[in-house]
Amino acid sequence: METVYFDNNATTKVAEEVLEEMKPLFCDLYGNPSSMHTFGGQLGHKIRLAREQAANLLGCDPAEIIFTSGGTESDNAAIKGSLASAPDKRKVITTRVEHPAVLAACRDLENHGYSVIELSVDKEGRLNLNELEEKLDDDTALVTIMYANNETGVIFPVDKIAEMVTGRGVAFHTDAVQAVGKIPMNLANSNIDLLSLSGHKLHGPKGVGILYVRKGTRLAPFIVGGHQEAGRRAGTENVPGIVGLGKACDLAAQNLEEENNKVKFLRDKLENAILKECPDSRLNGDKENRLPNTSNISFEYIEGEAILLMLDKFGICASSGSACTSGSLEPSHVLRAMGVPFTSAHGSIRFSLSRYNTEEEVDYTIEKMPPIINKLRQLSPFVAK
Amino acid sequence: MWEYTDELKDHFFNPRNVGEVENPDGVGEVGSLACGDALKLTFKLDENGRIKDAQFKTFGCASAIATSSVLTELIKGKTLEEAAKVTNKDIADYLGGLPEQKMHCSVMGREALEAAIENYRSGGKKKHELEGRVVCNCFGVTENEIERVIRENNLTTVEEVTNYCKAGGGCGGCQGEIEKIIERIQGEKVKEMPTVAPRSAGKLTNIQKIHLIQQTINEQIRPALRAHGGNIELIDVEGNKVIVAFRGMCAQCMLAEYTMKDVVEARLREFVSEDLFVEEDKESANQPHEHRE
Repeated sequence: METVYFDNNATTKVAEEVLEEMKPLFCDLYGNPSSMHTFGGQLGHKIRLAREQAANLLGCDPAEIIFTSGGTESDNAAIKGSLASAPDKRKVITTRVEHPAVLAACRDLENHGYSVIELSVDKEGRLNLNELEEKLDDDTALVTIMYANNETGVIFPVDKIAEMVTGRGVAFHTDAVQAVGKIPMNLANSNIDLLSLSGHKLHGPKGVGILYVRKGTRLAPFIVGGHQEAGRRAGTENVPGIVGLGKACDLAAQNLEEENNKVKFLRDKLENAILKECPDSRLNGDKENRLPNTSNISFEYIEGEAILLMLDKFGICASSGSACTSGSLEPSHVLRAMGVPFTSAHGSIRFSLSRYNTEEEVDYTIEKMPPIINKLRQLSPFVAK
Repeated sequence: MWEYTDELKDHFFNPRNVGEVENPDGVGEVGSLACGDALKLTFKLDENGRIKDAQFKTFGCASAIATSSVLTELIKGKTLEEAAKVTNKDIADYLGGLPEQKMHCSVMGREALEAAIENYRSGGKKKHELEGRVVCNCFGVTENEIERVIRENNLTTVEEVTNYCKAGGGCGGCQGEIEKIIERIQGEKVKEMPTVAPRSAGKLTNIQKIHLIQQTINEQIRPALRAHGGNIELIDVEGNKVIVAFRGMCAQCMLAEYTMKDVVEARLREFVSEDLFVEEDKESANQPHEHRE
């Protein structure tokens, strides 16, 4: 077995079909869509198609799609842009388990006179909507809550939250980087104002993303300096990236069912076998309301980085919430917010699958995992002989 | 991904001397589950007082396991006097070096060895105890330990001290004190380093002073507290009295008073004015708070 890639929440393989669409756009059709000549201008058509493909996946109007450089830019643009258009309000509500792209952007706001509320989560990683209700007030400019968590896969009830929040006249943004393409969504039937997604998490290229902006949402542009994206995001379009992302959205829409059947089946098989075969292991996060591809498992008495290196030797790629993998001394902020004991947080492993994984790969990993855990436990001073 | 040497990988994938020696002459246990790494070292002496067998059990990352394995290899065949001379640098060198952020693993090895020797000399009675005053409460690191890693590894910055023994890597509340310890030990050496001359703020208007205090809190103080789930808010300034409130995990924390004196006041004096002093807002001190387990 060469490489078993179970780290799809970090990044994904670019689909072959996506690459094929992108190839001619580097050396042959390299024009600028803003040009007056046909050579450049014809690319406007390709961007229009990509916008329609993305809108189709999200269930929205193509005019509500802004192409950006990725998830982090989309998050920053949504947060800073919506605050700039509501200058009288000074409060932002988010959660303790957001991706750093949102969390760091929000915490930075505290340096500019904003008060930032971080909602807590329970042991299963779920929000308490009463807490949100209590914190919402007339001074609140923005609520930003992720669609699904990147570490545990736990899905938040964002449609319900959007209804609560926008009903109070407050803007609602959701970081849907991990959710798009994995679970169905229809923004036309939702009250979400702003939604971020990233190309490379759904088998598209890196360096391109989308910010969905509901019609009528007030948003100051984040990057100025050109008329592109209707003046909402300046800069010459990343044509190959946008076209690739459009194709990736198209494929994601076609594969959504497979994602929830085949991928979920493989994830469940892997998860159940590991939990059964490895004593003192536990699942992190709400088992029910969860992305079909993600599994976060803690192994007591042993440390995540050591597990990853052992897996790496067999070509198996996963990730960990352990402190040692990041160079910081503290384990994952998500697991800590959930109250996962330090002992379990240090030994947590995330497997994230995609439609390119096979049952053979799952079986191979199921075979390799127990001896690894066993070997490290034999080394551990916390396990009796 | 960490850049590990082939020697390190070898000792991780094929650790030597795993286990516990039966009827050991010395036992050393350091670290804890909460800290993210822990090591139990056991050894047995032969009739000539040389270490006949040494075994380890380690909870931790690849470098923690590899350094433990090397430690047992290094001390076997040595007398206790010889073994006691093994430094964390010897362990790291044996592996062809460690990533800077992983140096604390080699220090843990040396600490376990000391604890085991101490245990032997006390006739198997003495368990390892922290010696000296605890400076870093987050990771339980004493002044003695910090002084030692500074001396043995010729450290000159707080960041290096954190890499070598974790001190200062949690809430950051003790970083000011670590800085003072470094200055005391390295004295001349630190002075040789290019340091920015303390800036003179000159005469500040009230508005300028308040602005500068806010800026210092934003840039110099909050990030350190944030790293540990805490936060700080500037409530008011009355003359030279700066009133602040701690939020999140810092509120009512055991360390709040310490953090206040050590970090907040020191930073404000450094960056704004020598005359400032800090008080905690009483009203917000009574608010409920959350604290890590």
